[in-house]
Amino acid sequence: MKFSARSLFANALSGHKNWPEQFPNKEPKKEYDAIIVGAGGHGLGAAYYLASKYGMTNIAVVEKGWLGGGNTGRNTTIIRSNYLFDESAGIYDHAVDLWDGLSQELNYNVMFSKRGVLMLAHNVHDVQSFTRHVHANRLNGVDNVWLTPEECQKKVPILDISPNRRYPVMGGAFQQRAGVARHDSVAWGYARAASKLGVDIIQNCKVIGIRRGADGAVEGVETEKGFIGAKKIGVSAAGNTSVVMEMAGLRFPLESYPLQALVSEPVKPIVPCVIMSNAVHAYISQSDKGELVIGAGTDQYTSYSQRGALHLVEHNIMAICEIFPVFKRMRMLRNWGGIVDVTPDRSPILGKTPVKGLYVNCGWGTGGFKATPGAGHLLAYTIAKDEPHPINAPFNLDRFVGGRLIDEAAAAAVAH
Amino acid sequence: MMLIHCPHCDEKRPEVEFAYAGEAHIVRPNAEQQQAMSDAKWSEFLFIRDNVRGEHCERWWHANGCNMFFNAVRNTVTDKFIKTYKIGQKRPTQAQIQKWKSAK
Ligand SMILES: Cc1cc2nc3c(=O)[nH]c(=O)nc-3n(C[C@H](O)[C@H](O)[C@H](O)COP(=O)(O)OP(=O)(O)OC[C@H]3O[C@@H](n4cnc5c(N)ncnc54)[C@H](O)[C@@H]3O)c2cc1C
Ligand SMILES: [Zn+2]
Repeated sequence: MKFSARSLFANALSGHKNWPEQFPNKEPKKEYDAIIVGAGGHGLGAAYYLASKYGMTNIAVVEKGWLGGGNTGRNTTIIRSNYLFDESAGIYDHAVDLWDGLSQELNYNVMFSKRGVLMLAHNVHDVQSFTRHVHANRLNGVDNVWLTPEECQKKVPILDISPNRRYPVMGGAFQQRAGVARHDSVAWGYARAASKLGVDIIQNCKVIGIRRGADGAVEGVETEKGFIGAKKIGVSAAGNTSVVMEMAGLRFPLESYPLQALVSEPVKPIVPCVIMSNAVHAYISQSDKGELVIGAGTDQYTSYSQRGALHLVEHNIMAICEIFPVFKRMRMLRNWGGIVDVTPDRSPILGKTPVKGLYVNCGWGTGGFKATPGAGHLLAYTIAKDEPHPINAPFNLDRFVGGRLIDEAAAAAVAH
Repeated sequence: MMLIHCPHCDEKRPEVEFAYAGEAHIVRPNAEQQQAMSDAKWSEFLFIRDNVRGEHCERWWHANGCNMFFNAVRNTVTDKFIKTYKIGQKRPTQAQIQKWKSAK
């Protein structure tokens, strides 16, 4: 069924009681041409593009929990592409290109809203580093402009630009094409579109082993629902990547940390774009429901607990109130955590692995939601062609041996 | 907030006094060993981590306390500390960890 004004009207007549199921919950077949481990946005995206772009429809996405229940459903949905290095500009801007028009392509409203991302500069170092980013971005064809304090305040009226503040606003870098989207819709939209093309989505089915043949190549996955054969396996398991890769005898340059976020009670529109501040270390946006969406950096110790420490949330709120005292009396509704897989250079790993038939998409750390369509597409390409796309070629695993890091960590030290 | 036992102070102190310092028992190769090391081995030393889902040997620093480093075994799924011990002690075996767990 196609979502349209007509189908909306027709279903209204029957009291919205007859909408069909959007994606069936499948039981595994014996064998597929390819298996994706992890039904997050990235994994579901990969399945969708394998089927829609590369003609591989006999594939399954195997998920240990429920679809979109990992970081996809836990993130704060900031989308931007104003990263420093050429390789990063390539991969993140590729994703932003795909975000444009994604709702139409999937016939599912992912609510991509280009409300812009404003990164505030509070000291000379910030100003220098952000203007460098603006120039580097523009050389790469990525939109990003420098705003004076007055221009920042025009965009965000509640911003106090008095020079006497503890963290005075000295300007900001603004990317207009950036913004937010609705996280669940992204997972559901890809799942629905992929299912339609014949992809099996198998939930509540944890992968517990990777079977390899005498030549070392993969033969399939052992799961809670038994063995499923496939000559190609794409792992897109975010925070649990190390655990899955170990099943194939591989150790990865990853550490898994909790990352928390929180939302306030809903209020009328007051935060018009995403606002980030490295100096106080926090960011904020407002959801279409009216909640303030607030986050910062990871917890300090590695963990798979999907929860973090309370004092980090306290720091986060203190930082937001430092910039926006107007929010001091807001009440917070919910706080949660996800587990993010962090690489030493804070750039992802997307490509082939030393094991034949095993592909990986991981290491997106605190900032992979924005990359969802791009990562999905590039993983699909890499699996279908058995070689990386030029855009993800630099994001190989070998860079940690050869030394050609893509060190966004050193370049920006920004989250998300 | 977690309470962490510092083996130097021999006291349980609140988590905010401590800083996490990564996986424990990673031995830094000396200058001679470094000369002889392959790029792959060097990469492993620098970047590859076990990232265990379960019992993890890790280093902590009592930064806002006695200022000493120590090691700990912590379950990364529950975040519960099983044991803290002084640096210099060998990496505990699985049997040792099991013993510590049942002693609790
Ligand atoms: C609090 C928070 C805020 C964030 N904010 C932002 C932001 O503003 N902008 C941004 O760009 N990014 C953000 N991120 C990061 C972003 O969420 C992730 O980088 C991204 O979602 C990773 O995509 P994914 O779809 O691969 O992950 P996931 O949705 O986590 O998918 C991985 C899936 O693999 C499954 N899995 C794991 N192990 C197995 C197994 N053994 N067998 C079967 N399935 C398995 C998991 O259950 C999970 O569903 C944030 C993350 C968090 C936690
Ligand atoms: Zn101490």
